[in-house]
Amino acid sequence: MLRHVISPQDLTVKELEDLINLAKDMYSHPSNYSEKCKGKKIATLFYEPSTRTRLSFEAAMLNLGGSVLGFSSADSSSAAKGESVADTIRVISSYADIAAMRHPKEGAPQVAAMHSSIPVINAGDGGHNHPTQTLTDLFTISQLKGRLNNLTIGCCGDLKFGRTVHSLITAMSRYAGVRFVLISPDELRIPNYLRTEILDAKGIEYKEVNKLEEVLPTLDILYMTRVQRERFFNEEDYIRLKDSFILDKDKMSLASPDMLVMHPLPRVNEISVEVDEDPRAVYFKQAELGVYIRMALIYTLLKEAGKIEG
Amino acid sequence: MLNISGLSEGYVLDHIRAGECMEIYTWLGLDKLDTEVALIKNVKSKKMGKKDIIKIEGDHSLNFDMLGVMDPNITIDVIKEGKIVEKRKPSMPEFVEGIIKCKNPRCITTIEQGLTHRFRLTNPEKGTYRCVYCEQSFKKR
Repeated sequence: MLRHVISPQDLTVKELEDLINLAKDMYSHPSNYSEKCKGKKIATLFYEPSTRTRLSFEAAMLNLGGSVLGFSSADSSSAAKGESVADTIRVISSYADIAAMRHPKEGAPQVAAMHSSIPVINAGDGGHNHPTQTLTDLFTISQLKGRLNNLTIGCCGDLKFGRTVHSLITAMSRYAGVRFVLISPDELRIPNYLRTEILDAKGIEYKEVNKLEEVLPTLDILYMTRVQRERFFNEEDYIRLKDSFILDKDKMSLASPDMLVMHPLPRVNEISVEVDEDPRAVYFKQAELGVYIRMALIYTLLKEAGKIEG
Repeated sequence: MLNISGLSEGYVLDHIRAGECMEIYTWLGLDKLDTEVALIKNVKSKKMGKKDIIKIEGDHSLNFDMLGVMDPNITIDVIKEGKIVEKRKPSMPEFVEGIIKCKNPRCITTIEQGLTHRFRLTNPEKGTYRCVYCEQSFKKR
């Protein structure tokens, strides 16, 4: 059956668990999977620049013994000539076995999925969805914490526009005993629909605060995001608030010894480089684990599409 | 007081939110009819304060589905031989295609040629429709 992954919600809790277990096995025994996708090709259709996501997809397919084709900007594709997403994917379907698409317009991978005869994975569509980042986050938490339930997760920074935080909250809200501490300036709090449709609707415990220091000791996970200058109404507010959301060595001394610091990357200045040496800082590990969960996803989708044998 | 004659056969769309009858007139394509259509604005209403009403003469096969998208509280009175023979509320279709447009400037529908605007009913209680591509909710006025 042809299956696409466009939104993190396209996967059930059971499917997520299966993917995470498969990714764990791939991480522990990579050689067992090194030829599983031999002769298969992934098309990476990136209409806007990306470093980690595109290379992570490509590394994942190469680790599975497959090969890679694609483009890394709209300028180097037929999109520059005005070709539609629908036409592009129809053609690519005959060149590759699976596709990963990043597009600046929200919903573009959904359009691709509707016209594709190969599985399509959304690799980020504007500020909308980025399901493989969510998978990466869940895999990282599961791998390093040993569970996805009974956790206090702090989300810090720009919670209004940060799609990774929105997806993480939505995905983690499906597990029992998860609490959220939402740390942001008032101007950048989570959108109201998340509060009403997810947190309140599911009766999830959460609090919204302005200061990182006061909640750090209570957290199992601190998920940092960038606070971008352009999100503020004025420069004064930005300067006044930005330091409250920068994680440094002093703040880390307040955190529990087994708290994890995660970040979807790229990091700019919200995590001081001195924190990198702290064993609790796992954002580079998180990027590494992203390759394995993408391997699990590619492998599973190709298997479900009948393109490889199990 | 304005006097508009009764209908012997046709439809009365009642309980339209004040100020929205022109929009509904356009959506239903009533401009294409060659029978009498009356748009009545700002009628006093006990329940709503003010409301709009549309009277349509004749037995047309009109698709009232879009009324459910716009405002499920509108009432459709079916008139035969000068009497109301049926009162109904518009249904809310699960999908709406090519009628309402996604207003999200970041949505793929803004650049993809030939792509039909498509919405899915995601919350029947609140009557929320979301774009199937970008998931932005359709904002009624």
